[in-house]
Amino acid sequence: MTGTQDAAPLAAGGRRLAVTDLSLVVLVGATGSGKSTFARRHFAPTEIVSSDFCRGLVADDENDQSASKDAFDVLHYIAGKRLAAGRLTVVDATSVQPEARRQLVALAREHDVLPIAIVLDLPEEVCARRNAERPERSGMPRRVIQRHRRELHRSLRGLEREGFRKVHILRGEEEVDAAEIVRERRYNDLRHLTGPFDIIGDVHGCCAELESLLAALGYQDGVHPEGRTAVFVGDLVDRGPDTPGVLRRVMGMVAGGTALCVPGNHENKLARWFKGADVQHTHGLAETVEQLEKEDDAFRAEVRAFLAGLVSHYVLDAGALVVCHAGLPEKYHGRTSGRVRSHALYGDTTGETDEFGLPVRYPWAEDYRGRAAVVYGHTPVPRASWINNTICLDTGAVFGGRLTALRWPERELVDVPAERVWYEPARPLATAAPGGREGRPLDLADVSGRRVVETRGMGRLAVREENAAAALEVMSRFAIDPQLLVYLPPTMAPTATSEDGEWLEHPAEAFAQYRDEGVERVVCEEKHMGSRAVALVGRDADAVRERFGADGPSGALYTRTGRPFFDDPAMTEAVLARLRDAVTAAGLWDEFGTGWLLLDAELLPWSLKAAGLLRSQYASVGAAAGAAFPAVEAALGAALARGVDVGALAAGQRERAADAASFTEAYRRYCWPTSGLEGVRLAPFQLLAAEGRNLTAEPQDRQLEWIDRLVERDASGLLRATARLMVDTGDEQSVRSGIEWWTGLTANGGEGMVVKPLQGLATDARGRLLQPGLKVRGREYLRIIYGPEYARPENLRRLRGRTLGHKRSLALREYALGVEALDRLAEGEPLWRVHEAVFAVLALESEPVDPRL
Amino acid sequence: MFLTISTTGTPARPATDLGFLLHKHPERAQTFSTTHGTAHVFYPEATEHRCTAALLLQVDPAALLKKGRGTRRDSSPDVALARYVNDRPYAASSLLAVALGAVFRTAMKGECRTLPERAAAPLPLRVEVPAVSARGGSELVKRLFEPLGWSTVSAEPVPLDEQFPEWGESRYVQLALEGEMRLSDALRQLYVLLPVLDGAKHYWVAPDEVDKLLRAGGGWLADHPERGLIALRYLSRRRHLAREATERLELVRLADADDIEVESLDNAVEEPSGPEPGDLTDPDAGIELGLGTDAVAALGTLADTDTDTDTDTDTHTGTNTGTHTDNAATPSTGTGTRTAAGASTDAQPQPQPQPEADADARPDARRDPEPGREPSLARQRRDAILGALRAAGASTVLDLGCGEGSLVRELLRQPGVSHVTGVDVSVRALTIAARKLKQHRMSERMAARVTLTQGALTYTDKRLAGQDAAVLSEVIEHLDLPRLPALEYAVFGSARPRTVVVTTPNAEYNVRWETLPAGHVRHADHRFEWGREEFRAWAHRVGARYGYGVAFTPVGPEDPEVGPPTQMAVFTMTEKEAA
Repeated sequence: MTGTQDAAPLAAGGRRLAVTDLSLVVLVGATGSGKSTFARRHFAPTEIVSSDFCRGLVADDENDQSASKDAFDVLHYIAGKRLAAGRLTVVDATSVQPEARRQLVALAREHDVLPIAIVLDLPEEVCARRNAERPERSGMPRRVIQRHRRELHRSLRGLEREGFRKVHILRGEEEVDAAEIVRERRYNDLRHLTGPFDIIGDVHGCCAELESLLAALGYQDGVHPEGRTAVFVGDLVDRGPDTPGVLRRVMGMVAGGTALCVPGNHENKLARWFKGADVQHTHGLAETVEQLEKEDDAFRAEVRAFLAGLVSHYVLDAGALVVCHAGLPEKYHGRTSGRVRSHALYGDTTGETDEFGLPVRYPWAEDYRGRAAVVYGHTPVPRASWINNTICLDTGAVFGGRLTALRWPERELVDVPAERVWYEPARPLATAAPGGREGRPLDLADVSGRRVVETRGMGRLAVREENAAAALEVMSRFAIDPQLLVYLPPTMAPTATSEDGEWLEHPAEAFAQYRDEGVERVVCEEKHMGSRAVALVGRDADAVRERFGADGPSGALYTRTGRPFFDDPAMTEAVLARLRDAVTAAGLWDEFGTGWLLLDAELLPWSLKAAGLLRSQYASVGAAAGAAFPAVEAALGAALARGVDVGALAAGQRERAADAASFTEAYRRYCWPTSGLEGVRLAPFQLLAAEGRNLTAEPQDRQLEWIDRLVERDASGLLRATARLMVDTGDEQSVRSGIEWWTGLTANGGEGMVVKPLQGLATDARGRLLQPGLKVRGREYLRIIYGPEYARPENLRRLRGRTLGHKRSLALREYALGVEALDRLAEGEPLWRVHEAVFAVLALESEPVDPRL
Repeated sequence: MFLTISTTGTPARPATDLGFLLHKHPERAQTFSTTHGTAHVFYPEATEHRCTAALLLQVDPAALLKKGRGTRRDSSPDVALARYVNDRPYAASSLLAVALGAVFRTAMKGECRTLPERAAAPLPLRVEVPAVSARGGSELVKRLFEPLGWSTVSAEPVPLDEQFPEWGESRYVQLALEGEMRLSDALRQLYVLLPVLDGAKHYWVAPDEVDKLLRAGGGWLADHPERGLIALRYLSRRRHLAREATERLELVRLADADDIEVESLDNAVEEPSGPEPGDLTDPDAGIELGLGTDAVAALGTLADTDTDTDTDTDTHTGTNTGTHTDNAATPSTGTGTRTAAGASTDAQPQPQPQPEADADARPDARRDPEPGREPSLARQRRDAILGALRAAGASTVLDLGCGEGSLVRELLRQPGVSHVTGVDVSVRALTIAARKLKQHRMSERMAARVTLTQGALTYTDKRLAGQDAAVLSEVIEHLDLPRLPALEYAVFGSARPRTVVVTTPNAEYNVRWETLPAGHVRHADHRFEWGREEFRAWAHRVGARYGYGVAFTPVGPEDPEVGPPTQMAVFTMTEKEAA
């Protein structure tokens, strides 16, 4: 891998120069040695960063040597950006001085890529001739070339010492012209291997357990009949009873192509022992040495070669899977440097030791935000569990725990118990996986600023900075614990505006819209006029702690913005207790095989939560109108009686007074007194999620069956049923009955109804997500929204100009984000991923849109 | 909205002269187009014995909306729902005052060519307004009108909804004034006092209000005992306009989504209740309000009332997830005057605890405390914090929950402090902090010493790592208790400054606040308040968990029984951790 490859021209063609596909290639040569020409011939134009070009950028003159410092700042900056993004970069500068190369080597190390030097060593005459051919360099004194060549020759022998991992020296024009560049894949890049894999945790010489596990996984003598590949996360050796047996099995499988293996810190130490290094025979090395001494030299040589050839980590399955011993942050994936290897072997150590004398490990997984799953071992944990898309498979087999494997891509865990405690642990295994509980893994960078959230339903959805800022304020000051806040409901668009008659909204448009979009069956559901409430109800507090990590509550009841519905936690628990009883009686825990359920609901009466708004806003309007109009009417009556021409004015005022009275009537319907839970009603209308399931995809009729069962089995009187009617959008008769149904609902003062496609996650013919529901609000109810006099013809005319585009788009985007949050929850994704989508819903709720829609 | 003015008369001095004085013919119904809609004037009765003129303003809600929208960046109807359903068409308010000024302009000036001597003389008048928007209630209505010479001032509260008596009274009163009064005076009083009573904030009002106030107030305002209050509330609408221009519409919409008032979300910064009396004589403040220097000078004389302007005006408003203004201990009258809370018992040997600030105190200290008086609690708290930071030798300091930046400013004055990072979750608080620190006018050297940034302490924040010290002054109590572990981890586990200073109220001391009802917390946004033992237990637990030693310091006068009003803990990273 390392070494100076000197001129040894091949008979046919030129030298083949190996260049790792992610590396920093530094061309070294005097002015006029043809570096730029060489670079252009072998590399893409965008891969080359030249100092001349950068000089031109900062000084308008590619030869202005006084601009060199700034030019190199720019060069390093560009090269750094490319390397950070994982792109091969070629630096075209003379680089004949050690200081210049030192900076480039440091840059390569900073980005954990290999620095590679390609030296063009051409005679002075050639350089001088070439410079003379270029008008801007023709005046360059000969001594510059001479100095460059002197510096170059002084450097040649030390290039590897300077840190270059490959050095290619080309001498003379002919050799330069004939050279060929061969790009080599990094050793750790096995993205082309797609498995399926069985990743196996720390074995530590537990040969019997390994054989049992391989058998459980279906391997027969190291070969899987379905062609699966085993991947060992390292620490095969030390502590256990039969390290040679384990090595023999693993080495055989690796050689046979049925296994991959990355080194653990114990392999590393053993390799150093093999090299004769002075290593302490602690932490189980003594046992290994003793066992190996019973083996023959040939086996020991094989082991030594095997250990020397281990690659620190592998990137597998198109980049979706990274396997290493001690974990690896995303920026190190597929990189090659000493510190990458060190992290892969030892983890993120702080240099400190704990009270047991073991190194303190930084919980790197807490900060992990990568898309690739990182599977590792190293830290013995009682149970393998995912955190932020990482999982530690070391379940302490040698300490009497279990030997664990992860099936990939199935993400299934398979384990076998240890036959006995083979080795006493230095510290108890009771510690959880690094990170985890307490809501710790959430970071501000997960939510703040402008963000794009990737959704299954609608692709990439953007959140603007000012909306994220507002959401942060509400989320952090008022919302419940994000661990429990796994969903926020989307806003809902109203039906298209009714074009004539006395209505602003009417069901005909909603039915027609779905019909045109190809939805035949819709459900009309009564809209309860209360306050939106999402209920997370656990079978008990333990189930909630187990799944969500929140200590104490047996669930949560929260509003559209994630605030607790009740200030008093006891009230919340009282509601949850009643809901829980209904779920139990309805048998839903078992039906879903879940310890918790998430429900979307409306909590009534409206006056319970909106009392402040009712008093300051709605009742106030009614009170002011109620106080003013009698005096107005009396005065106008008196004036009319004495013959003043105020007839039209008086008639107008009478109508306005009637409108104001209707307004008061409208809000009063949604108000009633409550005391404790007395008078409080919860109308669930959808089951959102259960363990491992996003239930929003279920058809509405099945949803309503579940809801009906809940309501029927509710002995407390808390739950309220939701009236509904199925409508066939293509059948005139059916549509007419839908309209009549709505008319009946709203004539009695009902808020209105929601029309939903019968199928969950309905899409149009081109697969685009459709509105999950359209609200059709009642004529009287709309007075609360549009004002007491909205229904007068001149006002209706104006209001019909309302535009629904933004509201519809918002409703759809929030819906997609909500479903995304539930999908992520169902798939057991890390908290930050669920929170990201939930937070985005809240942020979008602060987008500017007509609040009356 | 509706208003009637009646007078009585005799055959010699007929009541119908009112028509001449108002320049409106009693036998005709007349219509005028005004800024906010159509005004109708008609006379329900017009005899020589009794004559009543009625003004009916029919507000055009659409026009009202357009007015408000003019200041918006975009013209989409994206404002709060409150704009669409509101009391403006029904209740007498500033809009009626504007109509009054337009329709009866000449009468307001007291000019009447036909009957100049009647215009100049008092008449027996009765003014009725069936629904007056009156923040402050009938009590305020009486305080405003009674000194003006009316013989009867009646203000009957209007119930919110008779079907829901538990909701109580609305903010409207049925107003009736009776007495001998010059018509022009009566009109000008109404012109000024209707908006003063209204105190609405979300509605557009005309500019150049100062001139109008001075003009309309001529002859009666200068001697009014509440002239300071009147000027304040009249002009505070300008401040509300300013607020509206910077209103966090995002938060308005989130409040709408939850069917709650925006004040319950966007409350990280104390609502500026308008300028203070002192502001009116302070050219800077006046100019900030957009007033000309002449106007400021003129107002100075108006505002120079016996209102108690001696305040401890220091509040550290912090939100880190909350806001801290320890001023709820004084019930706000919402009138802009100071309530003499705790100040009436100066004779007691021990200084009576002063609430830290009144509801309308400006949250920055402009005046030093008078010599011989105990410095304010806020001042003492700040001194204690600065002392702890000095003792710790902290050079880079985080003010977590910096609010409006008063501590940031103090920190920047400290010679040993090289950099201050003010973090708050409230964008509005940060905007105010930046303005108060005059960040945009700072020298580069000073600007380089301060960073203000939005952050929330329930999330870890990598930008906060590597600082010497962090201050959580009156912040933790603004977090719901279940969220506290997240803050602990973010500050002590993630940011990990060497020193952390935490102050929080001592709940035991609350019994010493005269104005605080038993069992109440000091501020509406306090999610909890701890006694000394609870605070100590918490601090020791956090210290043990994250490797910090803790020392406790009382702040403020220590009461032998209940301890100090504020408790402070200084966490210092243990040597082993710091190594």
